[in-house]
Amino acid sequence: MSKRVPLEGSFATAEAARMADVDVIAAYPITPQSHIIERMSEFVHNGELKAAFVPVESEHSAMSACWGASGAGARTYTATASQGFFLMHEVLYFVAGMRLPVVMAVSNRAVGPPANIWGDYSDAMSASYTGWLQVFAANNQEIFDFTLSAFRIAEDPRVLLPFMIHMDGFTLSHVVEAVFLPEQEEVDAFLPPYKHPYAYNPDNPCCYGSVMSPATYGELKKAQDVHVRGTIPVIKEIWKEFGDRFGRYYKPIDSYKAEGAKTLLMVAGGLSETAKIAVDKRREQGESVGLLTLHLWRPFPFEDLYKAVEGAENLVVFDRAPTLGGPTGPIIGEMKAALFGVRNDLRVAGILGAFCGRNLEVTEFEEVIDRGNAICERGSQEMVETVGIRG
Amino acid sequence: MAKNQVRPSALPKWQDCEFGNILPYAGGAKEYKTGDWRTDRPIVDASKCIKCGMCWLMCPDACIVQTEGGTYDANLFYCKGCGICAQICPKDAITMVEEGA
Repeated sequence: MSKRVPLEGSFATAEAARMADVDVIAAYPITPQSHIIERMSEFVHNGELKAAFVPVESEHSAMSACWGASGAGARTYTATASQGFFLMHEVLYFVAGMRLPVVMAVSNRAVGPPANIWGDYSDAMSASYTGWLQVFAANNQEIFDFTLSAFRIAEDPRVLLPFMIHMDGFTLSHVVEAVFLPEQEEVDAFLPPYKHPYAYNPDNPCCYGSVMSPATYGELKKAQDVHVRGTIPVIKEIWKEFGDRFGRYYKPIDSYKAEGAKTLLMVAGGLSETAKIAVDKRREQGESVGLLTLHLWRPFPFEDLYKAVEGAENLVVFDRAPTLGGPTGPIIGEMKAALFGVRNDLRVAGILGAFCGRNLEVTEFEEVIDRGNAICERGSQEMVETVGIRG
Repeated sequence: MAKNQVRPSALPKWQDCEFGNILPYAGGAKEYKTGDWRTDRPIVDASKCIKCGMCWLMCPDACIVQTEGGTYDANLFYCKGCGICAQICPKDAITMVEEGA
């Protein structure tokens, strides 16, 4: 039996970590992530969660402490955002390369300069090649569900990789929505204890993170890459089991009114819910348009993408991270790369916007659909198209 | 490249790589010969040695070993030839000599 409670996104991920009975939390506060770790700290202080809360002096230390804790066999959780995310960046690679199932919520926020605190995916997109599994949540229920299932996926013996849950800073992290919470027994039945095959143990010493020369580094990286790519069937299997147990099913890419649609709009994260209303409006007017919500960002869901765009003529991808001096936006670029040579008949347009918490309204998503269709059909002189930027 | 660094028959394919690059044993560095990185080798003149142990203390590795007579010598299997022992010796008992010279 589940109960429905009002929770802001920060408390939704914290609640999932509490119910997952994490052993160690090592974190440093940063807006808009602070509510998450304040909540975790309260849980530990009040005795609602029996765990070690490590109040570190920086995010580099936070992720380093998570590395040690997870390596020692502790279920480990942390959260960060923006500048803090960048400070822990170096350690992200080590946690992934050493196959440690740390789970982290990222309250997505723009990167300075200019100094800011508001949401976009500049932080998320910088971690695309770290080897972490990554999902984008579109609402607070998804934040809870993705966090809870992240522990199960990350710790699966066939996976053993760290997992990041991206959640929009403020628009999800600080907004209260109704969230279904399962009973503790249901969570315990879903989530077995974490066991690492080479947990740090003085009785069984191993060599971790040894130096590799040019003669072996490439082979290790290839093995890591093949492993990360190969986790998709396990992710789907566990999301299926999650659905069977809790009644909510997730897919790498969600399709909404997409069947037979000529144009598909693709959006990641919370703004996909605004885009949904724009699609509803256009469908009512008889326009053949649907929505794809991108959930799974790493590993990249190639097969799900090909299936999702079947029959479509235009794909309009919306991106929320500036890529200064690069070819268009990060999601747009990867979609084009994934489709090139596979679906050359599918025209792909990309539009960027909603940087640093700038709201994008339903009418603006309608503009994205119209301009996207126009770019698909008539081409564009601009490498980077934006929406909602004055000028 | 030195013979002990590349043994083509022993190099793993990517399919054979260890889980997370974790070696299921400890102390592997003990077998790793770093002596062939050396360009200069320390030569100890035991007759000048006053057994002060400064070379043993200052060696950034653990290559300086005490001999039965109480004087010191370098373990050339690990010694990388940095020359700190020769610099620190108060009696100039250690000189660096070019390898192969």
